[in-house]
Amino acid sequence: MSINQIICDKNDLIENSGVAAMVDGEQIAIFYLPTTEKKIFAISNWDPIGKANILSRGIVGDYEGKIVVSSPLYKQHFDLESGLCLEDEKAPVRTYSVSLKNDKVVMA
Amino acid sequence: MSKLKVVVVGNGMVGHHFVDQMIQSEINAEITVIGGETRPAYDRVHLSEVFAGKQPKDLYLTSREFYSDNGVEAHFGDPVADINRSEKRVITENGQSFEYDKLVLATGSYPFVPPIEGSDRDECLTYRTIDDLAEIKANAEDSKIGVVVGGGLLGLECANAVQNLGLETHVVEFAPGLMGVQLDEGGSKMLRRKIEALGVKVHTQKATTLINENGSTKLRMNFADDTHLDTDMIVFSAGIRPYDQLAKKADLEVGARGGIVVDYHCRTSDSDIYAIGECALFGNMIYGLVAPGYRMAEVAVNQLSDAEEKTSFKGADMSTKLKLLGVDVGSIGDAHGKSANSIGYTFSDEREEIYKRIIVSGDGKTLLGAVLVGDCSDYDTLLQYFLNGIELPEKPENMILPATDGSSAPTLGVSALPMAATICSCHNVSKGDIVASIDGGCCSLGDVKCETKAASGCGGCAALLKNVVDDEMEARGLTVDKSICEHFPHTREELYHMIRVGEIKSFTDLIHKHGKGLGCEICKPAVANILASTWNDHVLEDNHVGLQDTNDTFLANMQKDGTYSVVPRVPGGEIKPKQLIAIGQVGEQYGLYTKITGGQRVDLFGARLNQLPDIWKQLIDAGLETGHAYAKSLRTVKSCVGSTWCRYGVQDSVGTAIDIENRYKGLRSPHKIKMAVSGCTRECAEAQCKDVGIIATENGWNMYVCGNGGMKPRHADLFATDLTTETLIKYIDRFLMFYIKTADRLQRTSVWMGNLEGGLDYLKEVIIADSLGIAEELEQQMAHIISTYQCEWKTAIEDTEKLKRFRQFVNSKEEDANVIFVQERGQIRPANEDEKNERNAQTA
Repeated sequence: MSINQIICDKNDLIENSGVAAMVDGEQIAIFYLPTTEKKIFAISNWDPIGKANILSRGIVGDYEGKIVVSSPLYKQHFDLESGLCLEDEKAPVRTYSVSLKNDKVVMA
Repeated sequence: MSKLKVVVVGNGMVGHHFVDQMIQSEINAEITVIGGETRPAYDRVHLSEVFAGKQPKDLYLTSREFYSDNGVEAHFGDPVADINRSEKRVITENGQSFEYDKLVLATGSYPFVPPIEGSDRDECLTYRTIDDLAEIKANAEDSKIGVVVGGGLLGLECANAVQNLGLETHVVEFAPGLMGVQLDEGGSKMLRRKIEALGVKVHTQKATTLINENGSTKLRMNFADDTHLDTDMIVFSAGIRPYDQLAKKADLEVGARGGIVVDYHCRTSDSDIYAIGECALFGNMIYGLVAPGYRMAEVAVNQLSDAEEKTSFKGADMSTKLKLLGVDVGSIGDAHGKSANSIGYTFSDEREEIYKRIIVSGDGKTLLGAVLVGDCSDYDTLLQYFLNGIELPEKPENMILPATDGSSAPTLGVSALPMAATICSCHNVSKGDIVASIDGGCCSLGDVKCETKAASGCGGCAALLKNVVDDEMEARGLTVDKSICEHFPHTREELYHMIRVGEIKSFTDLIHKHGKGLGCEICKPAVANILASTWNDHVLEDNHVGLQDTNDTFLANMQKDGTYSVVPRVPGGEIKPKQLIAIGQVGEQYGLYTKITGGQRVDLFGARLNQLPDIWKQLIDAGLETGHAYAKSLRTVKSCVGSTWCRYGVQDSVGTAIDIENRYKGLRSPHKIKMAVSGCTRECAEAQCKDVGIIATENGWNMYVCGNGGMKPRHADLFATDLTTETLIKYIDRFLMFYIKTADRLQRTSVWMGNLEGGLDYLKEVIIADSLGIAEELEQQMAHIISTYQCEWKTAIEDTEKLKRFRQFVNSKEEDANVIFVQERGQIRPANEDEKNERNAQTA
């Protein structure tokens, strides 16, 4: 994984929702929230509690001031900025730095 | 310790309650039940409802299975003939013999038939058991006139049944007035006036001397005053007599006018034998109501236990409130004002046909009794004053006088009730129990009802219960926050209203105008659902797609490993072999696990995200469409095979189920909705555990509502009878739309109805009588949803933009390596943790 490595087109993203991407054998969930300051977030697609690669398919939103995705399996909230699970401190997920450059999603 | 052998003779309501309480207690006992009737205990109180559409089995309180599951040995249809007290055993008519350590007599009572010449004729019947009902019904078929002998509570209940059978109905009473035990003269007269207005002819002070044949009708009743009455059938319902013959034969002490004498522990003159219910005589009185019988049963159970605290039966309040032939009647305590120095206040309104009387103590401070006819709204309050000895207001007459200056009658502050006050007498729930349930976390009327069972018997205490709950909540400073989540300070119903009235078509608009923040996994799907129930746009339109739960987003049900299951719609469970083959081919081609669902269709498991569009293309090409198994919407309309094939079917249940399923398919609702249609009363489609259940009758359809299976199963309530198909559909339209409009998010219809003030009756008023004047609007809203239906999968596979969503990865054709299947019984299943580790070790 290197800086400016292109992951996908901006068109592949879905507004206010997530998609999954495969980057060097790792599954990454990328969320596009155009109304937030950071606009684009990426965390691991692996749900450590549900034990499946599905976080990209959760509903995004805010929860007590944090921008989160809710696992589609058992509904725990994962903080998109820190990767922390709000319900279980022992179950954080990895975060990735990504950004938008010239209509491409790239590693930052 | 060896088990205590307990034999219970009789399996009526009280006998069953005893067994039920024994099972719930921790008493180490071997219980044997011997019932004289061929069927297990049923609800005798609501017997006449069988003529208003209920099935006999709706009345059952238990089953043979329940007994055997709980280790209770039960024998039915072979009554006990003798008690051998020295050997401590009972012997049945067929010669079976059972030993006991403790014997409980719950033999009940039998209808009193006055010794009149001719009263043994075939057309002379009684009203007590389910078998009696069948006989009454059979006799009514070739009868025009029916006479009920007895103008008491049971007699009028029976008159209701006879009138429901379509007969010209007469009530013949020996005493001067109707319901002489419960009502004073004024109340009795008002009741007569109201009942006669309903077409029932009342004859009082008539002593029947002879019943003989007559030319034009089957029978003639001859009275002592030389008058007569011609009829086709006579039902005796003139009181009950305790079944005490067994006790008499065994030399137990019996009252002069019948009844097995018991002490306050419900023990008979033999300390190993108890008697409970209507066969028992306590304080020279027979308690012919079910609640005191239940209390006796509980006392007897307490006696058999090693509980340190011994309870006792101290007699019971015989106050009663009921609807007789649709007339509200209430009687409390000393209804006749016989107490020394008592004072009476009477209100009588002959235009509105309302009569109310209260009896208070000489000092005007305590309520001693009351009579209410035509309006029982004061009953609950008066009863609490009476039972708890609460001091009356300065002018007690205001308790029954109508409001004249705009101020309503003083209602009882429920905070004044002591904790021991009984709120629900059917389930013996005290105010203390309700308070405890709120302390335990209940925070709505519905919660309290579920937890304590209060107001779930006769329902008469519903208004009082609500007052107690409201009062307690207020006292704790609890205002229940019904906001859907932190983003909207509104309930689901309010959001529904805003969306419809404000013509809001997107979540962004709604949160902009009425909420704050980004939304969350609670409000987003709820709003998406309301938008779909209102405007019915495709759920994968750009502005809706991010709102949906994963199941709605991918139009399939996510399973534990992140793969999906696929369920095509099979309306009414009817499917062509060709379509079954198509489903089979898809299953085989994609290696899916297949299972038949409870809703009469096929579920295909193990589909990967990227396989879903291809799978659906094949299914749609075979003429199938989406089953909405993934959505909060109509799931299935289950059906039995119906009159087309079945020997017993009386209507085409399959055809109706298909029509209904096609009508409401795709309708988004606060929670999933299930329906079923049965072609006859055998009810093979199990319609009574559905949100909407439809059961065929010879004249049309009976409609049941608000049932469900699942964690807290609930039988549906009978909502309307003998409907034409057209009216049935109309009612379902209104019912569903009203549910969608007013329910909370993820609230099944049963809980929704439980929270509607007025419950089932209110629902009937809104749906059938259109009391809110919204029926037409509801039907139009439904018409819009039906006319805009689309198969979501068909639309999705025709749209390349929508299909982009089904890629496993946006930048790779790889598959999710964590999805691993193993074989079991010839099909796939997700590998467990160990199997995955093993597999990874092998590949490494």
